[in-house]
Amino acid sequence: MSADGAGPSDDDARETPDAGGPSRAELAARVAELEARLETVESTDEGPRKMSIIATKGTLDMAYPPLILASTAAAFGYDVTVFATFWALDVLHVERSAKLRLSAVGNPNLPLPNALAVLPGVDRLATRMMERRIADNDTATVEELLGTAIDVGVEFQACQMTMDLLGYEEDDLYEGVTAGVGAATAIRDMADADIQLLV
Amino acid sequence: MDLPILAIVVNIMTTRDVTETLDVRGKNCPMPVIETKQAADRLEVGDVLEVLATDPGSVNDLGGWAEATPGVELLDQDDDGDVYRHYVRKVAE
Repeated sequence: MSADGAGPSDDDARETPDAGGPSRAELAARVAELEARLETVESTDEGPRKMSIIATKGTLDMAYPPLILASTAAAFGYDVTVFATFWALDVLHVERSAKLRLSAVGNPNLPLPNALAVLPGVDRLATRMMERRIADNDTATVEELLGTAIDVGVEFQACQMTMDLLGYEEDDLYEGVTAGVGAATAIRDMADADIQLLV
Repeated sequence: MDLPILAIVVNIMTTRDVTETLDVRGKNCPMPVIETKQAADRLEVGDVLEVLATDPGSVNDLGGWAEATPGVELLDQDDDGDVYRHYVRKVAE
């Protein structure tokens, strides 16, 4: 019985906080407020994941990585935007996308010294070889991959500044490509994205 | 008591209870995954999709896709040396 003395007085201390501290009602209100904020944070987290790709290259080989990664990420449920700038605009250009070429110059993986690679027609030859390999290997063409990517919901954006620089019109681009966007749009996309790639 | 055995039997039965077959034989990365995703979107919950592929990369790629994608479950993968067969069940919308 003598031990009981300490117990009740501890309980009392918990149930009636110091006069200077927050009351139970204040604490309850604070908990409710935090729970509401937690709910907001959790519900924001449940949105789709995002990927933002900045594509800058327009050679036959370098057209592939952004298209493959973008369409695959879309298959994984990502919201994907591909911001195309400089020569990557050629990939979105109806006429030019069918004529993408491989550069033989400065490509150490081709069995050809640079001194020969600069000769007229060598780029065309290297491009033909690559195109034949793509066909033989049943790899999708750039046009097919672009169509697939658009079908699965990838948003392609054409950088307006480089459109003007290269003299391309919106009508030159595939249907579904968003024109009239700039670096600010790309930055905002990247800031929101879970994955950001510069290709 | 018989539950574990029953579960195995049910699993085998549902694995082979194919609703739709997707043929991506001859196609390469990234098409097997993308076409599987498009086919899975068309399925009803409970349906099983069989995917026939010749791309050896499809084994890892489809496995990874199914693991990372909510609403689908990879039931089984096998191959006969030429064709890889993947079985994907839709478990939720």
